[in-house]
Amino acid sequence: MDNLKAVIEALIFVSDTPVTVAVIEGILEDVTKKELSSTVDDLIREYKERGGGIFLKEIAGGYQFRTGETLTPWVRKLKGQKPMDLSPAAMETLAVIAYRQPVMKSEIEKVRGVDVSGLLRGLLEKNLVRIMGRKNVPGRPIIYGTTRKFLETFGLKALSDLPTLREFKELEG
Amino acid sequence: MTDKAYEIKLDIFEGPLDLLLYLIRKNEVDIYDIPIALITKQYMEYINVMRSLNLDLAGEYLLLAATLTHIKSRMLLPTSEEEEEEDEDPREELVRQLLEYKTFKEAALGLDRMSILGRDVFSRDQAFDEIEGDDQLFREIGIFELVEAFRRVSVGTGRHDIMEIDVEKISLSDRINDIVDELEKRGELTFTDLLRETDSRRRLIYTFLAILELMKLRIINAYQAVPYGAIRIRLAGGTDG
Repeated sequence: MDNLKAVIEALIFVSDTPVTVAVIEGILEDVTKKELSSTVDDLIREYKERGGGIFLKEIAGGYQFRTGETLTPWVRKLKGQKPMDLSPAAMETLAVIAYRQPVMKSEIEKVRGVDVSGLLRGLLEKNLVRIMGRKNVPGRPIIYGTTRKFLETFGLKALSDLPTLREFKELEG
Repeated sequence: MTDKAYEIKLDIFEGPLDLLLYLIRKNEVDIYDIPIALITKQYMEYINVMRSLNLDLAGEYLLLAATLTHIKSRMLLPTSEEEEEEDEDPREELVRQLLEYKTFKEAALGLDRMSILGRDVFSRDQAFDEIEGDDQLFREIGIFELVEAFRRVSVGTGRHDIMEIDVEKISLSDRINDIVDELEKRGELTFTDLLRETDSRRRLIYTFLAILELMKLRIINAYQAVPYGAIRIRLAGGTDG
C-alpha cells in the first residue's frame, strides 16, 4: 500500500478516541502489524519534527492527535469551559488506586488516614476509577482500579507508563 | 468573614497525616526521629483551633491525637527489660504510616504535573459526535407505536370497570401547554413520565390526545430505541440544539 501513511493519518484524525493498531488492522486487512507500527512511528516523528500545533501521541494502547503542551491558554480560551479539576484529596486517592490496584477502600483509607467514600464516589462518577470486582476474603470487599479514561486523561500509554513511585523507605537500624 | 478565612486555611490539610507531615516540615525535624512531645503539643494546638472554630472535625484527627498521646506516654515510661529486648521504638508504626502517606502525596503531585486532557492538552471534541450517535440510536416513531404504548399503559391501570367521578377539570389545551412547559424544562420526557398509571382514566386520555395533537402539529417528536422500548418525547427542532 503506497498511501498507507495517509490512510492511517486520516483514520486517527477522524476518531475521537485513541485508535488502536487492532482497529487499523481491521480496516486495512492486508497490512502486517509490523508495517503498521513502523508507519505510525514515522507519523509520530513527523509531527514531532514539524513542531506545530498538534502532535500524534500514543495513548491508552492507541494513537490520538493532541494539542501541543505550550498552547494551553489559547485552546482553553476557545473551549471556554472549566477544565476537569481534581482536588488534592481526590488526586491523592486516585494516586493510591493507580499505583496499588487492585485495591480495597480500606487500604486506601489506611494510606490516607481519612475516610474516602465521597472521593471514591466522585472518581467513579468521573469514570476515572472502576469497580474491578470483589476480593475473595470474608466480607467480599469491593476492589477498585483505574479505567481507560484514566489513561486517556493523563496521557499514558499504559499503566506501566506511570511515573515511578518514589518510595520513602524506613531507614534500617 | 474571618471564620471563613480560617476555614480555608485549615482546609489545606488533607487529613491528620498531612497535618503531621506539615508540622514535621515546619519544625525542620527528622521524620525518622520525631520529637514526639513537641509535635504532639503543636498537633493538639491545631486541633483546638479547629474545635474553637466549630469546624466539623473528622474523627480521624482525634484518633491520631490519641495515638500521639499514647506514643508520648510510652516514650516517657522507663523501658522495662522485656521491652528493651524487643528493641521497638513506639514511633515505628507511625513513621511507617507517614512515609507511606508521603509517598502517595508526592505521587499525586506527580500526576497533577502531567499533561491532563481537557486541562493542559486537548483532543478532538467528543460532544458533537455523541449527540449525533444518540439520535441515530433512537428512531422516530409514529402514531401506531404510540397507540400501542397507550394501550399498554391503560391496561396496566386495570381500571376499566371502575366508575370514575369526574372531579378533576381537564382541558386538552391545558394538557398541551403542560407538556410543552415540562419539555422546555427537562428537554426530554418518556411516555411513562407523562402517562402515569395512577392518573385517572380521563386524565390519561386527555394526556394521550395532547401528545397526538402535538405530534400532528410537529411540535414534538417521539423516539424509541427498540420496538416496545421506552418512548422518549422531545421538542421538534430542539431549541437547545
